[in-house]
Amino acid sequence: MNELLLIVTIANERVALPAAAVESVVELDTLIPVPRAAPHVAGLSALRSRVLTVIDCMRSLELGDTDCSDGIREAAVVELDGHHYALIVDLVEDVVEALSEPSPVRAAMGAGWERVSQGIVETENGPLLLIDVAALIAGNEAKAAA
Amino acid sequence: MDDLIADFVAECREMLEALGGEIVAWEAQPDDRARLDSIFRFVHTVKGNCGFFEFPRLEALSHAAEDALADVRAGRRHADGALVSAVLAIIDRIGEMISAIEAGEEMPGGDDSALIAALAPGAEGAVAPVVTAADAATKASAAPRTIRLSVELLDRVMSTVSDMVLARNELARRLRESESDVPVDGAFERLSSIIAEMRDAITRTRMQRIENLFVGLPRMVRDLSAELGKQVLVDIEGGDVELDREMIEMIRDPLTHIIRNAVDHGIEKPADRLKAGKREIGVLSVSARQSGNQILIDIHDDGRGIDGKKLVEKAISSGVVTKEEAATLSPRDQLALIFAAGLSTAQEVTAISGRGVGMDVVRSNVERIGGIVEVDSKLGEGTRMTLRVPLTLTIIPALTVSIAGQHFAIPRSAIEEIVRANGEAVTLEHLGGAGVATIRGRRVPEVSLAAILGLDSKVDEQDRRLVVLRPAGGDVYALSVDRIHDHEELVVKPAAPAIMATGLYAGTTLADDGSPILLMDPAGIAQVGGVKLEMQERTARIAEGPAEAVSKATPVLLFRGLDGGRRALRLAVVDRIEEVPASSIKQSAGQLRVQVGDAILPLAGATTEQLGEGKVRLFRLNDGGYEVGYAFAEVIDFATIENEIIHADRLGEVSGVSLINGQPAELVDAHWLFANYVGAASRSKEQLVCLVPGWDPWMENMLRPLVEAAGYRVIDDADEERADVVIASVGEDLPEESSNKTIWLRPEPEPNGKKDDSIYRYDRAGLLMALKSAGAGRG
Repeated sequence: MNELLLIVTIANERVALPAAAVESVVELDTLIPVPRAAPHVAGLSALRSRVLTVIDCMRSLELGDTDCSDGIREAAVVELDGHHYALIVDLVEDVVEALSEPSPVRAAMGAGWERVSQGIVETENGPLLLIDVAALIAGNEAKAAA
Repeated sequence: MDDLIADFVAECREMLEALGGEIVAWEAQPDDRARLDSIFRFVHTVKGNCGFFEFPRLEALSHAAEDALADVRAGRRHADGALVSAVLAIIDRIGEMISAIEAGEEMPGGDDSALIAALAPGAEGAVAPVVTAADAATKASAAPRTIRLSVELLDRVMSTVSDMVLARNELARRLRESESDVPVDGAFERLSSIIAEMRDAITRTRMQRIENLFVGLPRMVRDLSAELGKQVLVDIEGGDVELDREMIEMIRDPLTHIIRNAVDHGIEKPADRLKAGKREIGVLSVSARQSGNQILIDIHDDGRGIDGKKLVEKAISSGVVTKEEAATLSPRDQLALIFAAGLSTAQEVTAISGRGVGMDVVRSNVERIGGIVEVDSKLGEGTRMTLRVPLTLTIIPALTVSIAGQHFAIPRSAIEEIVRANGEAVTLEHLGGAGVATIRGRRVPEVSLAAILGLDSKVDEQDRRLVVLRPAGGDVYALSVDRIHDHEELVVKPAAPAIMATGLYAGTTLADDGSPILLMDPAGIAQVGGVKLEMQERTARIAEGPAEAVSKATPVLLFRGLDGGRRALRLAVVDRIEEVPASSIKQSAGQLRVQVGDAILPLAGATTEQLGEGKVRLFRLNDGGYEVGYAFAEVIDFATIENEIIHADRLGEVSGVSLINGQPAELVDAHWLFANYVGAASRSKEQLVCLVPGWDPWMENMLRPLVEAAGYRVIDDADEERADVVIASVGEDLPEESSNKTIWLRPEPEPNGKKDDSIYRYDRAGLLMALKSAGAGRG
């Protein structure tokens, strides 16, 4: 009954994504840029005849750019409101079981992390930050608008 | 009506099925209130509906049962076994009758009075199972069998089919890349055609008659007019036009709004109407028709019309336009002001419509789905609003262009023409940093797609192509792109919110090569590019006057034929490009014919020897009524004929030669093609002026080259010159000062009676003879 979590690395930090939200993990090769879109939208990619909107998690977290020049990137595919997104991460590690409900983080995190955080969850690999996928996709635009 | 009955039957059947269990339970436990209620609801519904459909027996039965049950519900009566069986007998009888209605048979015989009498309190359980002879055997098979499906399920199927088309495209690309294997190709072709068929079928399931939208209108108008003390007659036409179900939902609100406006602001009170010399009853007509891949919905009222001057005053006082601008507005522009935000013509704000938040919302809603709203009004006579909406939302014909190596798609519906930045009649200048293109004397603001997108284009500005766009409801502007690629039918999906937020894109799609492509939103680009659409429309006219004198450069498609010849076809006759396997081309009925989908077209431009194996690409030419295929090896470019055309001295497939992009190209004579490949015709062949009034594509692209080849100079009604001969379609109105002779063209081969001296439009010999004799007449 415990929630499953996908452990990924973003900006050298191990964080957890709710595994239920993740459809698959893919390797992106081609990336079609979307001019004038928000900076964290890295571009479009195609996966099995579907268009994926690729989100650069580093930029969404305001932690700098992911270097996409070396070609293949790992990404987690999620669906939100009928659209498919690929979240570029440094590394996809493992799926683990959550051992607790998320509890608020009381320490001060970076602004980017603060925005996407759903709290700390305990896992057998130690405590991990649970990421709110929707907030990650929205980038810092949503906050600016709010 | 039949539809309504079918709905009624379906509804009753559903309820009967659901009741099956309830009835048994009720029988066991007559005081069960919930069961009683559901049975009551059933007979109540049946009663309500039969009154409407005139099924008196059904009505009497259900009415009786309803009364009895109402007594039980009100506690005036106790549900005993006798009542339960009496009600059940009635429900059974209703079931039988509904089956009979469904099968279109006579009602089962028998008298219902015994059943009704059995309901009376204290009646004996005298219910005889009257005529159960509605035997199962005859019941079957009537009317097409239907089932009800949830809309979500259909949507899922539709989106899966769209995905399948995309997957097929990707597979096609992979197959092209790999070594081709004939059996695999064959199997793939078959798969492709099945998928195409399936897409057609599923698209049709999404189609709905627009009647569904219209059916509520009379009632709405009646209520509205009663409330306002007006008398309005609604006239509805074209309810059988089919439209994408989603589309119907999207236009429901705008349509309702326009009708409310028409009744509220348009149609006058009966007394005012009489004073104005009109009938007391106002007429509101709503009609729908299909035109190409658009649906046109006209809403016309014979009310007071829109006062353009008042609108302008209003617009000035509310700051929408300045006094100076207002002075330059044409009557049409004045009317278009009703779409400006914050304007309402009603003197007072009423509860029914508008406090000025109306028409601008209507327009933006319609434009969002790729439609257009137009308004036309005569003061004192009425107003006509026209909604033009596309048939479906999902598949859009588009042109792919590229900038800095990246491809983008532009919906073809918004494209007016494509010109070269340094073409003959085109100049591109920069005024105060803004690009202004002058295309045949018309000033058009230029937007550089590279600048808008912040991309670095390597192509020199003067070498770019200008795509002249007319976004829905707006005015034209030219978008400069590096290159024009192909025409494709794209399955468009909405893009993620982060992408839509740019305001530049209308969606995403996958190109045939499997890579994602962004579909541009022409109105969005104009907005981001800072083009002032409304302003432009008003000022552009100044440049337009003298522009008419400049000859129209004809856009052509430059291609290489199968024999390697460099040829050109007028762009307007090319419907689209198809690719077919060589095996679908056969010599039959005296000429080469090609099968494209379900159609068999005569094929020109090829001989059996040239076809060979593999794939053949062909243009699908269309004159509005017939289609002809024209095989070619490759498309070279889009171009315009800017140089002189040297006409061929002998008739044939090629009407002349002209320099296009610096090299000679043969002009394919589309008129000749259609005359020879479609209808029966023969041939024959002189230097005068010919007037072709009214501009239509057929006249321009088919007739004009022919008449020019006959040695005439073609003018249209904008020219003040006197013509030696006029050519017009039968039924067309001609300008008064006609010429010596008029040649009438008719669309059918057979003359309409003996007196009919018109000429069939593909009767080349007849037409040329007529032209010749007209020339001889002048001496």
